[in-house]
Amino acid sequence: MNAIAGAISLTSRFTTGLLNRPVWFLSLVLLLCFWVAAWAGAVPVTTNDWMVLWRHEEPLTSGAYVLWNLRLPRMFFAALVGAVLGLSGALTQGLFRNPLADPGLLGVTSGAACAAALTIVVLAGSGIDIPVAWRFWVLPVAAFAGAVGVCLLLDTVARWLTADSIAGLLLTGIALNALAAAIIGLCTYLATDEQLRSLTFWTLGSLAGGSWPLVATLSLLLVAALWYVRRLVSAMNALALGEAAAAHVGINVRHLRRRVIILVALLCGFSVAWCGVIGFIGLVAPHIVRLVVGPDQRRLAPLAMLVGAIILLVADTTARSVAIPAEIPVGIFTALLGAPFFLVLLTSVRKGN
Amino acid sequence: MSFVNMPKNDLETTPARRHFLLQASALAASVCLPHTMAWAADKKSARRIVSIGGALTEIIYALGASHELAGVDTTSLFPEAATKLPSVGYARTLSSEGILALAPNHVIATEDAGPPAVLRQISAAGVPVTVLAANDKFEGVLDRVTRLGGLIDRPTQAAQLVEKMKTDWQRAREPILARKSPAPRVLFILSHSPGQVMVGGKGSSAEAMLHYVGAHNAVQGFDGFKPLTPEAVIAAQPDVVLFTDQGLNIVGGIDGVLRLPGVAQTPAGQKRRVASLEAMFMLGFGPRMPQAVTALDNALLKVMST
Repeated sequence: MNAIAGAISLTSRFTTGLLNRPVWFLSLVLLLCFWVAAWAGAVPVTTNDWMVLWRHEEPLTSGAYVLWNLRLPRMFFAALVGAVLGLSGALTQGLFRNPLADPGLLGVTSGAACAAALTIVVLAGSGIDIPVAWRFWVLPVAAFAGAVGVCLLLDTVARWLTADSIAGLLLTGIALNALAAAIIGLCTYLATDEQLRSLTFWTLGSLAGGSWPLVATLSLLLVAALWYVRRLVSAMNALALGEAAAAHVGINVRHLRRRVIILVALLCGFSVAWCGVIGFIGLVAPHIVRLVVGPDQRRLAPLAMLVGAIILLVADTTARSVAIPAEIPVGIFTALLGAPFFLVLLTSVRKGN
Repeated sequence: MSFVNMPKNDLETTPARRHFLLQASALAASVCLPHTMAWAADKKSARRIVSIGGALTEIIYALGASHELAGVDTTSLFPEAATKLPSVGYARTLSSEGILALAPNHVIATEDAGPPAVLRQISAAGVPVTVLAANDKFEGVLDRVTRLGGLIDRPTQAAQLVEKMKTDWQRAREPILARKSPAPRVLFILSHSPGQVMVGGKGSSAEAMLHYVGAHNAVQGFDGFKPLTPEAVIAAQPDVVLFTDQGLNIVGGIDGVLRLPGVAQTPAGQKRRVASLEAMFMLGFGPRMPQAVTALDNALLKVMST
């Protein structure tokens, strides 16, 4: 009962905001995308296949198996990763007061990719024998550690260089990016032919690994992140006035900065670790939202999440159903579908003004 | 949802909320689905193989089991008939659902196949996945034929093919072993796009083929394939530059080769000695390996005589 009461209080808490039209609209679009994505794919799925949860028919038909064990977890995973990227992008752009900033700029993505590259090349070259059970985890954990490591380094170096200056942080991020790119380049040079191919695949990004445990973990992470973001958004809004102004209204800029950075590192590190580098969404999702509802972080953060989820879900559904039975790397479609839409939106907004 | 109208200070969690979160996470973690996939129920008596790797597809054709192929990857270009089969795409970006849609009951792949998560998903769905490691030694290729024959219930055909390949191999290698002329120094260049030119170094598959035709790999400074550097090419002083047909097309024929940095300053460039063979034929390490050795040997002899 307790849980139900909690759930009700939670929903009523959120419903006040749910009456914003963009949220309704985007949620509906996302639901529609889910519906289409569930029916799209190589294996035909019948209405019966949806019922196996209640009917417990054994053995499963191929449609039911694919739907429940492969397609649905992958769809949820795509939407969640998209949401994570959209949220990270909104936070990063708000923090730097720079519409071109995205987690890629911070060096988070390159940090993760760099750690993965080092793992693929150095660990494989060193001949250390990893137990089979662990192999699955080595690369994601390394990428995650790389992202978090870069962020901690970023924060330390930036603060040591230029106390409290966002420009210093941005420049440090750019320097770390260059460093990570150099290390990846070195790994590419040292890699054997085989390692090189797995390295390039990994930097393309793929959502094929989506599974229920992963979806559950990422959902929890996202809910926790939202919880945390809720308390940061007002401060983020104050920061839009500039650092000095924010400090005058009682915001501890340094604390805020560190919190946002760690949060972005966690979110991006996790998603990059499990599906490689997927660019573009972190940059564009917040922009699309900003064009429609303006720069208020209280709306921007959750809406950017929804837009990110929609973009990545649509892109991944396209990637897995255009060339059946083959699959096309998802990174191609995020830009291919997102960029024209973004351009159209930009021009229409300009005309409106 | 939006954060407008949110109470600002919301640090304390109530027991109810904690409880709710716990319940929600337990629910999310306990999504228990019936896992026993009876792909067996979908199995027809006929074997349906998805073959990932050009050499494997070629062996399956050579063993007379081509009618059991349900799908192949993009490297399965030989024989011509293989290109008519459903393509599951590039070996490294396979799709679990796409492969399962072909209702296979066996997936046979080279070690290139991936991503690993996809192979795991296919195994979990009850379709056995067998990975046969590639090998650039002739004995390794024979071993592969034998193992593949065992996998698809054609041990006799596999044994016959192995015998035939051994005979062909003897015939191909005899003139090479008997030859007394000095071994030519060969530079192997692999090119996927005009801007991406790679050179085959020590231990590369191209070097293995060069050794079988009694030639020297001119590049000894590094392992595997590395980007071409003009100084390394000049230092290698190759007598012949060897390409795949596809790569030669991409760089723009023999004149294009001579325009590559460094090539003009080598004996090969000065004498316009450029040889090329079809990529999957030369570096496929499949049933046609003996013929590939003969063809490569002839190609090198031909350019060396100019």
